[in-house]
Amino acid sequence: MTTRVFVPRETSAVSVGADEVAVAIAREAKSSKATIEILRNGSWGATWLEPMVEVEVDGARIAYGNVEESDVPGLFANGFLSGGEHEKRIGPIMEIPYLINQDRWTFFRCGLIDPLSIAGFTQTQGFKGLTKAFEIGADAVIETVTESGLRGRGGAGFPTGIKWRTAADAESDQKYIACNADEGDSGTFSDRMLMEGDPLCLLEGMMIAGFAVGASKGYIYLRSEYPLTNSILERAISNARDAGWLGKNIQDSGFDFDVELHLGAGSYVCGEETAMLESLEGKKGIVRYKPPLPAIEGLFGKPTIVNNVVTLASVPNIVNIGGERYASFGVERSKGTLAFQLAGNVKRGGMVEKAFGLTVRELIEDWGGGTASGRPVRAVQIGGPLGAYLPADQLDTVLDYEAFSAIGAMIGHGGIVVFDDTVNMAEQARFAMEFCAIESCGKCTPCRIGSTRGVEVIDRMIAGENRDENYDLLVELCDTMEDASLCAMGGMTPYPVRSVLKYFADDFASPRGVDA
Amino acid sequence: MKANEHDSKAVSQVIGTFGGRPEMLVQILQALMKRIGWIPEDAVRQLARELNLSRADVHGVVSFYHDFRTTPPGKHTVKICQAEACQAMGSRELTAHAERTLGVGMHGTNDDVSLEPIYCLGNCACSPAVMIDEKTFGRVSHERFDHLIGGVREDS
Repeated sequence: MTTRVFVPRETSAVSVGADEVAVAIAREAKSSKATIEILRNGSWGATWLEPMVEVEVDGARIAYGNVEESDVPGLFANGFLSGGEHEKRIGPIMEIPYLINQDRWTFFRCGLIDPLSIAGFTQTQGFKGLTKAFEIGADAVIETVTESGLRGRGGAGFPTGIKWRTAADAESDQKYIACNADEGDSGTFSDRMLMEGDPLCLLEGMMIAGFAVGASKGYIYLRSEYPLTNSILERAISNARDAGWLGKNIQDSGFDFDVELHLGAGSYVCGEETAMLESLEGKKGIVRYKPPLPAIEGLFGKPTIVNNVVTLASVPNIVNIGGERYASFGVERSKGTLAFQLAGNVKRGGMVEKAFGLTVRELIEDWGGGTASGRPVRAVQIGGPLGAYLPADQLDTVLDYEAFSAIGAMIGHGGIVVFDDTVNMAEQARFAMEFCAIESCGKCTPCRIGSTRGVEVIDRMIAGENRDENYDLLVELCDTMEDASLCAMGGMTPYPVRSVLKYFADDFASPRGVDA
Repeated sequence: MKANEHDSKAVSQVIGTFGGRPEMLVQILQALMKRIGWIPEDAVRQLARELNLSRADVHGVVSFYHDFRTTPPGKHTVKICQAEACQAMGSRELTAHAERTLGVGMHGTNDDVSLEPIYCLGNCACSPAVMIDEKTFGRVSHERFDHLIGGVREDS
């Protein structure tokens, strides 16, 4: 009898030894004459347990966490293939609180299936959303997405249905779907997990979008920092094409759609939608003026839907269960679920898909288990490098788009980076400006020059030169950048800076290690 | 720096793979980076000529993106994440350790290695993260860094 063993092929798991563990398991099985099949699944998202290996015993999958290559002989000696006891044994995957207490709507296949298998995908409702889309027609698909209340998961939170309606109504001989997979925000990795764990779901979402707005071609703009994702996506695209799920007349529906995968080249600003379009056209990633909106005049001047990976991957499920059902999750104007990512100095880092409406504290304490260092949480940055730093006493803020904008912060792509009390917040404010100076596309002056001046002003504050005057100057600079920058890069760099001035000003007055 | 004969053939081949489409310039440069490891000045001229773009266009793209380097890299490229999640787990200290161990500063190259900053490898729940020659590593303590570097040096 063949025993199935699951070892993730996912960047984080592989980064801490999953490939070596897979090789060791194959070797050990061979020498003990056991017949096994090693499946390389995606990650379930319990990243702190990676490499997490599972073995299928009587239909249940038994998990072992933090498995190292050197553990493998011992595991086999303890009856690993029948779920035997071992210090690394966690138990059945479906009993892990971190996972079962989530609302896994978009990521439900991540970890569960072989990401490259068309059969595995269709057996778990794969392509059901697309098939239903063909049945109900393009207009009804857009209505469903509108009704679901889905907002762009890349960070801006723009209503997806409205964007789709705009592109659908635009007259053109050619339209495009451009998937933004340039997940540049530090602390975010949900796009990557989805693309590595369930790439066909993204392709299905892109096809539904194409069908809804009348686009026959899709692009995925993937950041070059994700080489493993690149190879998984390439194979998923080719498998889908071979099985007739991409290309001409998909499954005899009369609908044509194909996807081209493009790599970025290490530029953060290319995650801004118009800079991404420029880069897709082979040019420098310089931000465009808006209007015209990309939905009307986008890639190569044609109407283009630019959506984030998780936005598109949410669509098959929404079409499947209906917009109303999806909208029953979440709060106020933040409907459905978001894949939150716990990162940085946190004990149990990983991905948590939950309906909007829980608090930051619940995520960090209940899921994250506090800091990895065991020291108190001092600051939490949410929403990437352009997101505000929240002090520990604001952790009860509810995770919804409006509650965050009310406190001058943003949820963005759902990345939550935890810092303990050893952090020097003046350094973090300086980094926000420095990062903007490094990554600015250079088109508008407030961002290009302001960021460099910002670093200089902060350096003077840290050095204790005319601290009060430089404080006022920094606030004024933040106003200018926020009001006059062309895009969010310069326009939101002040968010983390202001939050440091507001909540952690002491770090300027007596920077740690200087006169403290 | 001059590109050699081999490079110019490689450039033509890569352009051919992308059907000579000028809108594929970023993709072509990525493929060249993989093939030659850097973008020589001669390659810029050749790309401009064969893609019917101006040299300024090609130079602009090469200089805009962090991935494209215009000098030969060391035998290995080590990239250390400098973004916030890794900062929260000691990437600044790891960077200083790497500079000392490798004997080269950030953005520097010696015979052995090029040391580069990178802003997020998407491995933020396993910080600090490092990429060595296209392979990502997580939970990189100073000891693990030394071990990884030792392994890479042995292989070459």
